[in-house]
Amino acid sequence: MIQINDLSKIYNGGGQEVMALKEVNLTVNQGEIFGIIGLSGAGKSTLIRCINMLEEPTTGNILINGQDVTLMNKQELRRLRQKIGMIFQHFNLLSSRTVFDNVMFPLEIAGVPEKKARQKVGELLELVGLSDKARVYPEQLSGGQKQRVGIARALANEPVLLLSDEATSALDPQTTRSILKLLKDINYQLGLTILLITHDMNVIKDACDRVAVIDNSRIVEVGDVLSIFSNPGTPTSRSFINTIINKEIPEEILHRSIVDNGSIVSRLLRVSFIGASAGEPLMSTMLQKYNVKANILYGNIDRVKDTPFGNLTLELIGTLELINQAMDFLRENGLEIEVLEND
Amino acid sequence: MIEAITAIDINTFLNSSLGENAWIPGAVLFATWETIYMVFISTAVSYIVGLPLALILVTTEKGHILENQRINDVLGAIVNAFRSIPFIILLILLIPLTRIIVGTSIGTVASIVPLSIAAIPFVARLVETSIKEIDWGLIEAALSMGANAWQIIRKVLIPEAVPSIVLGVAITAINLVGYSAMAGILGGGGLGTLAYYHGYMRYQTGVMWITVIVLLILVQLIQVLGTRWSNQVVSKRR
Repeated sequence: MIQINDLSKIYNGGGQEVMALKEVNLTVNQGEIFGIIGLSGAGKSTLIRCINMLEEPTTGNILINGQDVTLMNKQELRRLRQKIGMIFQHFNLLSSRTVFDNVMFPLEIAGVPEKKARQKVGELLELVGLSDKARVYPEQLSGGQKQRVGIARALANEPVLLLSDEATSALDPQTTRSILKLLKDINYQLGLTILLITHDMNVIKDACDRVAVIDNSRIVEVGDVLSIFSNPGTPTSRSFINTIINKEIPEEILHRSIVDNGSIVSRLLRVSFIGASAGEPLMSTMLQKYNVKANILYGNIDRVKDTPFGNLTLELIGTLELINQAMDFLRENGLEIEVLEND
Repeated sequence: MIEAITAIDINTFLNSSLGENAWIPGAVLFATWETIYMVFISTAVSYIVGLPLALILVTTEKGHILENQRINDVLGAIVNAFRSIPFIILLILLIPLTRIIVGTSIGTVASIVPLSIAAIPFVARLVETSIKEIDWGLIEAALSMGANAWQIIRKVLIPEAVPSIVLGVAITAINLVGYSAMAGILGGGGLGTLAYYHGYMRYQTGVMWITVIVLLILVQLIQVLGTRWSNQVVSKRR
């Protein structure tokens, strides 16, 4: 669907060169919800704008369905943009137009005959659940409703791709969930590919199939959301995950020494469960099978997109050999284990 | 019509009490009408020319939809040049041009030429400011939909700036009331001429004060109407 090759963007401001994107390579598949997460200033906003050429890349190319957008002339670019919907953090609705006419706007731009356009707007407002607000001006709407109008507007020309630029960042958590649900429904019903950027790991967790982590102008990690959650490969990914899953261990516990005689040691572990194994009593089986004691410090079960995802921080106490055997048992049963501290 | 009828009524009423000053109410009313006429037409002309200039000034700026540094620089310099000439001097400088366009340099119709030319660069800057108040996000959204420059100008920049532009119209008209009085001193007609020839040259201080009061009312009226118009546009969108 989208293929980004060696994309770099350098801003030239006041004789000073600022690197916004550095050698970005990324592939987004047809029909998936792909998230790009990064802190503000990491380059994600520039990256999403390069895809519809609101920002011109310095080097590299971007293929959308095989067509290189960086080589397009103005005319071709306008036609391409009509087929790429975009939604924004601050909605960007026209205050001079009613909800109906805002959704009508892209259809006017594309030159769709009025009768057909009006019918389309009606359908879209129904899709986003705002048929009763058609004659109202954006000023009267709540943030969530405004974003629904934005989504209806973005879908007007039946796009092949939807770009979401921090679309939920100005919304409260509850509204965020309802907007993400709408995006997931659209993705499912229309098979529409969605590329979103966010700084909120919850958005990735709730909506995305795959994620790219961007840090300091570079993509540092790309992968399945579940595998990044269970096994983050970089400190940046880890810190994003920690923003929503409490994995920080209090200092006192981390540095407490419970070694009282030579053969008994303790190990601090983080165990992640994905999918079906989250529902199995593996812990108690382990404790029965091996002669180790467990001290549970933190536990949590959550959902990543539609899969249960649990995580448990515990301290195992016993002989080194038994602890290692217990850990192997957990690994064999498909759990991810991370040793947090060694004596 | 209304002015004429009122004038006659007041004339007949005042003839008895004012004696030799009985001409004043009629003259003031006529001069007021001339001022309103000059201000109205030159405001209209200055917007017909100034609005497109403002759009060019904004859209040719760096990073904007029709970026063109050269046009922007040249137009900006011309606008500044005209704005730097004091109106009273512009008035004299433009006499030959006025003669070519209107055939005379005296009277209300002739005054419209320098008034409009003085107001055009002012309007251009005023409207430029109104358009620049629009959030760039709206332009970006339109670009992301594949809009061309003309569509953005017509469907985003102008409609979104209307409430602010309307307030600018009142400011321009009020400025032109002042300018028209200056034009009046050089035979431009309206309240300025009345105040100058009677109030100043003939020491009829009363006439002077009457014109001041009429101007005051006129300015208040324009501001109130302008604000109401703008509020009306805004409240319709709420």
